[in-house]
Amino acid sequence: MPSRIEVRSILADARAASKKNYFEGLGFKGKVKEVHVVDAYVIDAPLNKKELQQAGKLLTNPLLEEFSVNKPLMPIWFAPVKDVKRSRATSHGTGWVIEIGPRPGVTDNVGTTAREVLEDGLKKKFETGEKVYFSQVFFVSGKLSKEEAETLAESIHNPLIQRAVIKDKKEFARDKGMGKLMPKVKLAPPPEPLSVNLELPDEELTRIGKAGVADPRGFRRGPLALDLDSMKAIQVYFRAKRRAPTDIELESLAQTWSEHCKHTIFACPVDEVKEGFYRRYIKAATNKIRKAKGKKDFCVSVFTDNSGAIEFDEEYLVTHKVETHNSPSALDPFGGAITGIVGVNRDTMGFGLGAKPTINTYGFCFADPRDKSEFYRDQARMQKLLPARRIMEGVIAGVNAGGNCSGIPTPQGFVWFDPRFRGKPLVFVGTVGIIPRKSPAGSRGPARKLYEKKANPGDLIVMAGNRVGQDGIHGATFSSVALDAGSPATAVQIGDPITQKKLSDVLVKEARDMELYSSITDNGAGGISCSVAEMAKEAGGCEVELDKVPLKYPGLEPWQIWISESQERMTLAVPPKKWKAFSELLARRGVEATVIGTFTDSGRCVVRYGGEKIMDMEMEFLHEGWVRKELHSRSRAVQFGEPMQTKAKDLSAALLALLARPNLASFEFISKQYDHEVQAGSVTKPLAGKGRVNVEATVTRPRLDSPQGVVLSQGLYPTYSEINAYNMAASAIDTAIRAAVVAGADPERIALLDNFCWCSSYDPERLAQLKEALRACYDTAVAFEAPFISGKDSMFNDFKGFDAKGNSVAISIPPTLLISAIGIAKEATNVPSIDFKFAGDLVYVLGETHEELGGSEYAMWQSEAHKKVLWGNKVPKVNAATNKKLYAAFANAAEQGLIASAISVGRGGLGIAIMKSAMAGNLGAELDLAIIPGEVRSEYAALFSESQGRILVSVNPKQQKEFEHTLKGNAFACLGKVVEKEIRLRSGNKKISPIKVTTALKAYRSTFVGY
Amino acid sequence: MTKIRKPKVIVFSGYGLNCEEETKFAFERAGATADVVHVNDLVDGFVSLRSYEILAVPGGFSYGDDTGSGKAYANKLRNHLAASIDTFFEGDKLGIGICNGFQILTNAGLLPGALTYNDSARYTDRWVDLETVGKSPWLQGITRISVPIAHGEGKYIGSDALLNSLEKSQSVAFKYVKGEICETQALPANPNGALRDIAGVLGRHGKILGMMPHPERAMFPTQLPHWAYLREESLRTRKPLPKEGPGLQIFKNAVKYFA
Repeated sequence: MPSRIEVRSILADARAASKKNYFEGLGFKGKVKEVHVVDAYVIDAPLNKKELQQAGKLLTNPLLEEFSVNKPLMPIWFAPVKDVKRSRATSHGTGWVIEIGPRPGVTDNVGTTAREVLEDGLKKKFETGEKVYFSQVFFVSGKLSKEEAETLAESIHNPLIQRAVIKDKKEFARDKGMGKLMPKVKLAPPPEPLSVNLELPDEELTRIGKAGVADPRGFRRGPLALDLDSMKAIQVYFRAKRRAPTDIELESLAQTWSEHCKHTIFACPVDEVKEGFYRRYIKAATNKIRKAKGKKDFCVSVFTDNSGAIEFDEEYLVTHKVETHNSPSALDPFGGAITGIVGVNRDTMGFGLGAKPTINTYGFCFADPRDKSEFYRDQARMQKLLPARRIMEGVIAGVNAGGNCSGIPTPQGFVWFDPRFRGKPLVFVGTVGIIPRKSPAGSRGPARKLYEKKANPGDLIVMAGNRVGQDGIHGATFSSVALDAGSPATAVQIGDPITQKKLSDVLVKEARDMELYSSITDNGAGGISCSVAEMAKEAGGCEVELDKVPLKYPGLEPWQIWISESQERMTLAVPPKKWKAFSELLARRGVEATVIGTFTDSGRCVVRYGGEKIMDMEMEFLHEGWVRKELHSRSRAVQFGEPMQTKAKDLSAALLALLARPNLASFEFISKQYDHEVQAGSVTKPLAGKGRVNVEATVTRPRLDSPQGVVLSQGLYPTYSEINAYNMAASAIDTAIRAAVVAGADPERIALLDNFCWCSSYDPERLAQLKEALRACYDTAVAFEAPFISGKDSMFNDFKGFDAKGNSVAISIPPTLLISAIGIAKEATNVPSIDFKFAGDLVYVLGETHEELGGSEYAMWQSEAHKKVLWGNKVPKVNAATNKKLYAAFANAAEQGLIASAISVGRGGLGIAIMKSAMAGNLGAELDLAIIPGEVRSEYAALFSESQGRILVSVNPKQQKEFEHTLKGNAFACLGKVVEKEIRLRSGNKKISPIKVTTALKAYRSTFVGY
Repeated sequence: MTKIRKPKVIVFSGYGLNCEEETKFAFERAGATADVVHVNDLVDGFVSLRSYEILAVPGGFSYGDDTGSGKAYANKLRNHLAASIDTFFEGDKLGIGICNGFQILTNAGLLPGALTYNDSARYTDRWVDLETVGKSPWLQGITRISVPIAHGEGKYIGSDALLNSLEKSQSVAFKYVKGEICETQALPANPNGALRDIAGVLGRHGKILGMMPHPERAMFPTQLPHWAYLREESLRTRKPLPKEGPGLQIFKNAVKYFA
């Protein structure tokens, strides 16, 4: 008989107050009178009365909370009338109670912790299947209809992963509370592994590839994302073997061959690029740069491992990797984002023999949260897309939980808004790691390189961390296709950062340096089917016994165990003689580790289940048997309307309007909820100066005993893509490099990461844009001598569904390339900051300004104001050689201490850069725009053109000579000086009305009030 | 050469605590020797508290704050280490709990009062200014200090009677005040709604310090949010730059106590 313990606050409850605020924000102001929160633990284990009382105490802090056992707690206004004085009971009118708990199989972190607490505190081991289930109960008072209560419930849960139970006062009294719901997973015993006949007509093969293997129970098992050519290649392979493939073989091939894992579009021949885009443009650029740099080459491990690595100093390397988690975040923003961030942490733990996650980065592309449009995945309009604001808030909260709980600072990030992200948001998450080059030499033998690894034949295949469930089935294949009604809910996972933290600590801080394993990789897309097969390449083969894989609950089918993407797991190669020490250490740290097979040199990937061989394929076919398609691109010339000009007298209002646009406004509410100071290396923080202005690059010291800092920045211009994809990519690279240099990075030691998020990528016109962007990547990276060290792509960010009227709609994201830069600052004590420091300082603009307003924030603002596509046609063009020279001169000036403040001129143009430095310093400026270098003529273009290669600098007048001398040979001009209080701009004699810094700050902070 | 005695510090780790490395670094920079020890190694008897002079429970997210911050880890201490911790503090020893460590020590009954959700109901990372009001070896020579907080459940609460008695016995360590940082960044003094602006308290006659702010995140001057401004100001006025962060003094005080 299960029991239910309820806990509630005995003080004013901030969580309840915050929920009330949230409900009011949904339009229930005045209607929702009061909110009351109760935490509920349903304990499915036989505990006696005494034990239950003890359990209640273990779950309660008596100064803060009270508990009840098997008796519902409720606010006084929800109690049956006979229990309380009439006047008080009716004072709030009617009300509802809503209980939110996880659906079966969804990770329940609080429930798991509660079980551990009870087992430890009661000295009682729970049997298999005995669990604690956590849920939250919200009592809401006010005159609300049932429909309104349902709306409230809908706003606080996601039906894909959670269940909501709603009761009114009468039902609550009748049922004596909320009951003891237990989201147990009940699976029928798994069917026998299937043989899948592929000797079928093309239509049927296509169907299997698209909808999945037909289950004997009468349904399809979900998308394989294998097209007809791939299905035929599989058919031919097994025809030669004179047998049909098993279901697990087919699923395994689908995972390994997925766009997500093999990056087919980057690998296939396109037009004259026979070696594929990746080799021609990305890898070739890095190779060329490394060669050119010779002894100054700072790359150590590029493209081959889970992260890329560069030199930090003589002893240490820093790694970086940026991932996307777009499709999962569209379905479940919180779960998608948290598994994104803890997932990319594993790419750090899986670098070499394990780097320590040290800095997180983020970047979110959303629709404006004020966008109220409704869309559905299905024509019957049953599966609604989450509202834009819910997606944004969920994603932000997911990275908060993942990053903060893991003890990794998250200083650097951005948000970017565009209505074209309404169908699918983009969620970029990155992690920088630190790893010694070598393990210490000692009793275990000579030092070994920690950035290399090799699983050897005979090594045990060990899975460590969490267990396997049905969560995250078909994640890899699902993210390789467009989002529609068939998207499986099981593709969603909830992260458990503490389980991963325990795993990370024991591996990276203990087992690695005890040399207890010979190789490691993370379980991400495709689960062990990909991680084991990937490591098997090092050894030459593998033999797995699937029965040994520990499961969250019984009943999983073997193919599900093999491809499940259940989170927080690493796969390791452990030499048999090290197994005892390894397993004992992990047990002492509360981490589960299990031998699930052996690496071999057989050249085959063999999987057994229940004694039967259910998979046996050559490694060669598994990894290299996928079909290279020949792709063709076709470019199309486009012409857009030009943005309207703004007259000088209206420029102040325009500046303030732009400053309040979501793309430029303060997102302090995100920066301050992400811990950016843990690990104690924080130097340049996400918010700068007195005005707390968001910066574009941060500096963090990953080694507390070293003066060096790691500089991180990002650049992207999705609004340029449709106009000119080449210049879009070049601008993104220039922006990321410039922001890093301005924040203190040594320009000779900057590396890049590329994340392509494209749409409908087989469309020849999209391919043409991709090719243009990649050409720019090669040209620009080579010119800057900034090598690519890692990358990832997500090529199908399209939504196909229906609007509120049931009409079909398609929303594709704008082609988006995120460039992340990682650089090294030699002296973290000496890095510039963006805030103006003292009145009287001279203000310079470095670099040239041209009339380049195409795709600018100004053009987007104009387009929205006039409800026309006035995107313009002239996108900023990058002159990398000129800029490289300028950045070197700037870095030289910074090193000499000649820079009082510096900000990279980016989105929004010079006008916004001026405002940001002014707001950050709580100072004004008096500047003449007429003397700006470059071809720009009009004042509005001087302020809003997004020409690349520019930096706004303030300089101590006493250092004017030295500064100008250092910059000699580059385009620059002194526009005026820093003053108190007001930003006063003019163009020759033409004056622009002054803006008070306080007014600017108000506009800057207005947009996300209440978030 | 005279040998300076270095006190030994045990810094707890495990189950999601995550500030153990920088806490160890801060103690060592202050002149101590410090070991990071997984709580299970104490529970299993591999390590004993007896060999240490200072016990530190660092910040973090033990058990992911599930069931309430600090609660589950405190249960672990109470279930397995209550007696040895008691014995430890019967001796002339010092203890500190920072952030999650403070939450753990209150839940474990080693410090008075409790910590609950910030009034904003949201995790917040920002700098605060503190004024010393209590008496303890940890607080020697500190009157005002600026350090960062980063927490979701940092609002200190206690009954009026408790708070009165804490104030009377000089057992409130720090209060949030409007100082240099709040003035510079235009921020309110009290970041979380803590009763009577309490940021830290003392237990066992000042031997144990619990505080929500992170002194180890203010051990280097470069950690200061206005470091770049101070540097520029120093260039113009010759005003000397701080050589270390303000938080380091707390660790130095503990070392000095055993000198």
